[in-house]
Amino acid sequence: MTLQLVLLVAAALFAIGLYGALSQQVVVMVMMGIELMINGVLLAGGALWWFLAPTPDGQTVLLVVLAAMTVEMAMGFAVATVVHRSRNSDMTDSATDLAG
Amino acid sequence: MTFILFGFFAVLAIAGGIAVFVVNSMARATYALAVSFVAVGAMIVMLHLDYIGVITILMMIMEMAIMAVFMVMFMGMNPALMPMDMTHDKRRSAVLAVVVFIALAVAIFVIPWPARTGSPAADLTQSLGDAIMGSKMLVMLTISPVLFATIVAGLVLANPRGRYDRYGDDLDRETSDGNADPEDPIRGGIGR
Repeated sequence: MTLQLVLLVAAALFAIGLYGALSQQVVVMVMMGIELMINGVLLAGGALWWFLAPTPDGQTVLLVVLAAMTVEMAMGFAVATVVHRSRNSDMTDSATDLAG
Repeated sequence: MTFILFGFFAVLAIAGGIAVFVVNSMARATYALAVSFVAVGAMIVMLHLDYIGVITILMMIMEMAIMAVFMVMFMGMNPALMPMDMTHDKRRSAVLAVVVFIALAVAIFVIPWPARTGSPAADLTQSLGDAIMGSKMLVMLTISPVLFATIVAGLVLANPRGRYDRYGDDLDRETSDGNADPEDPIRGGIGR
């Protein structure tokens, strides 16, 4: 187990998540893609922490990444609920006016 | 042994991640993602981040369970029994994902990573606890209002009939005699 190997796995997870976030139409599936991307970041952060600087500061940064994951999920579900209630749809293509 | 175990979890994580967007039902996709997350959590534990690894596994299993409930709610059907393919721009997305992976992989092997500095504490979980309750407390103090704001924003968005729906945009909807008059489908209280 080397730093490069763990980072490579993390990069693969990030790329798979990116594919999902861009290609899926259902809001919950897009969120799954984003979750995979954040998971890749978490793994990469863990590897960098252990192989480069194993101090408590790095662990705190990983806690922040976990919190970002939680916030993303909670707000994603809330927005999905609103979109579903107002348009009776859970597809991103019917909510393009939310872009930017 | 460590290498074999890491290889097993790495393959499981990546295969689970790919399966999420390959299987033809949302319920299966949810379980595939849960498997991927558990494998990542195990790899994080192997990196000696016991606390972070375990809460990743616990959090993600609960999150996948909630996701399954949302899918049933939004799709109005049993997602396990309904094959579906709801995608767009598959080709361009795949090309972009491969390009990003290749760029990251090249960077990983080209970057001259520095040598390890510092040494891990004897009890890493305790050192994390000491850090967030001591020198790094500001980080937790910043996360707290963010999480609280998320709870409030989530409730405001998900609430089907809030106070602004009942009392108007300026909360001043009144009857002719000046009393507050919520616009409700059915009046509440005794004597309705």
